Amino acid sequence: MADHIVRAFDTDLDTLSRGVAELGGLAESMTTRAIEALVRQSPTMANEVIALDARLDALQQELEEKAVLTIARRQPMAVDLRAVIAAIRVTHDLERIGDLAKNICKRVLAITGLVQTPKLVKGVEHLSQLVLTQLKDVLDAYVERDAEKALAVWEHDENVDALYTSLFRELLTYMMEDPRNIGVCAHLLFCAKNIERMGDHATNVAENVYYLVTGAKLQAERVKADTTSLEKPMSAT
Amino acid sequence: MVAATEQGTPSPPMRRWRDSAAAGALVATLVIACALALSGAPFVLPVLIGAIVTAFAALVRPRAEHRIAAERARSHETARAGIQAVMSGIADPVVVLDSQGNVTMFNSQAKVAMPQLVIGRSFSFAVRSPEVVGAVESVLRDGTVAETEFHEKVPVERSFEVRATPVRIDAALGADASGAIEIVMLFRDVTAARRLERMRADFVANASHELRTPLASLYGFIETIEGPAKNDPSAQARFLAIMREQARRMSRLIDDLLSLSRIELKEHVQPTEEVRLDSVLSEVVDTLTPLAQECRTKIEVDGLNRVLVTGDRDELIRVFENLIENAVKYGQSGGRVEVSIADAERAVSVTVRDYGPGIAPEHLPRLTERFYRVDVVESRQKGGTGLGLALVKHILNRHKARLLVRSELGAGATFEVVFPKSAPEAST
Repeated sequence: MADHIVRAFDTDLDTLSRGVAELGGLAESMTTRAIEALVRQSPTMANEVIALDARLDALQQELEEKAVLTIARRQPMAVDLRAVIAAIRVTHDLERIGDLAKNICKRVLAITGLVQTPKLVKGVEHLSQLVLTQLKDVLDAYVERDAEKALAVWEHDENVDALYTSLFRELLTYMMEDPRNIGVCAHLLFCAKNIERMGDHATNVAENVYYLVTGAKLQAERVKADTTSLEKPMSAT
Repeated sequence: MVAATEQGTPSPPMRRWRDSAAAGALVATLVIACALALSGAPFVLPVLIGAIVTAFAALVRPRAEHRIAAERARSHETARAGIQAVMSGIADPVVVLDSQGNVTMFNSQAKVAMPQLVIGRSFSFAVRSPEVVGAVESVLRDGTVAETEFHEKVPVERSFEVRATPVRIDAALGADASGAIEIVMLFRDVTAARRLERMRADFVANASHELRTPLASLYGFIETIEGPAKNDPSAQARFLAIMREQARRMSRLIDDLLSLSRIELKEHVQPTEEVRLDSVLSEVVDTLTPLAQECRTKIEVDGLNRVLVTGDRDELIRVFENLIENAVKYGQSGGRVEVSIADAERAVSVTVRDYGPGIAPEHLPRLTERFYRVDVVESRQKGGTGLGLALVKHILNRHKARLLVRSELGAGATFEVVFPKSAPEAST
């Protein structure tokens, strides 16, 4: 980014992006650990993640405060203004991702000891890997200010949706096979939905990175019909 | 404009009054002027001379200081370049941070492990794991060594032991006695060790679960042969044939699980040798031709020109063996399988296309999961272990290549392997 006459302004912007990157790291770590808690059925790990959420929230509020102060003090223009606005929006998405990870952990506490076959969580784990890759790529794109990479993340959300739909059907089959599975599978279904939502938040971040770098909106260019996620679950029931 | 000096420019070191020639001359002039004024003598000329001396000293002195500072900076730079050279000889990633947590030096291993490293930018941009960020903060706060671990799950799982040590490089170089703290971050790759730990657990879990079914049926047959079929040689022969098939499936399963574990163990290390993809493909096609004839399928190969990719020959053979064997087995109703190589500007891709029944869309994203089968019964009949495509995925992960699957029910399936050409990164 171009240097400003007032060097402290650069420092402000840098601190802000750095904070967003660190917040992203925290959100990534919470998600990874939430999935690990789910796969290993570990209530201790789940509780650790739940405790982390408070830190994430505090960090997010601190960053938002900083962003507002930057606007008030420096009156940023053009790309600088976009950087501040994008930071505010991205932190919101990251905070939501943290909330979703926390929710997964609460469900882990509820179903610990009830998951009989590892087969049940395998699909959820696979989905989470896809979403974690999306999250990592989009945060890398943010740090590198790489619009192309952000665009790639935005386009790959399709894969997440497809996998979620497939998972939905699979879990439904298990429920129909054996009614004793219904409780666990319902929780797993919500976990999968949470992960899918995380993917959507990653896409939001991608949109904001694209906006930050180019100043243009991604939404207007959306070509693909996103009706699959609506149709398939209907036909499955 | 006032804000410009708020931060950033370091304040010059405090000058000692008595050392400054200009100040000395000024004081001397004042003393002489006062003495002359007290004694009543005229003092214009001596004061003028004093002022000239002061101005001269004020001009000369800082210049000399500048020169010394420049010299110091240069020797400082040389010393730092020396440190950089030493760092490049260390096999583990090393990164040096300044007191703000910005990157000042790193070696090439660090750049490979953390591609986002840029000199002068915050380290958090490269590694944002809360454990590492916390370690940096704690070193800056307490000035003591911090140790932590850094895990990354995607795209390939990696683990590092991180040691953050506070050092005072500038003070040691004598450039600045009060030199600020810098941090040396040393990363030790422990991925293989961590994998090994987990692998055992995974292997037992997977193997015990998947071996249970064939084992149970073996037991069933043994009981039958011992009991009801004790005096029925024809039934015994039939059962023994089934038992042999089950035993073979079990041993195949164990083979696949073992090779999967082996691949996983080195998944984070990218292969370096050059492999001729076309010769790999023709070799695989040759070995599979008998099977294809058995299934009454024809393998058609197209575009086999000399193409090089970076990879592991044996592993790539494994990949295409799996893909083409699947195409032959599951797509045999189509009667032919097409294999082709396309060498494009940015990537080399190999396509395996069959004209069989195709795969339903809900299965497509899940094909590479372990033990995921589109049709359990069919897969078992054909001797599948449910691990073939998982193996393919892990090998391709290691090669940084991608597997694209396209299919429609009734229209066959296309498996495409894309090897990206590492153009800009490899040349630098």
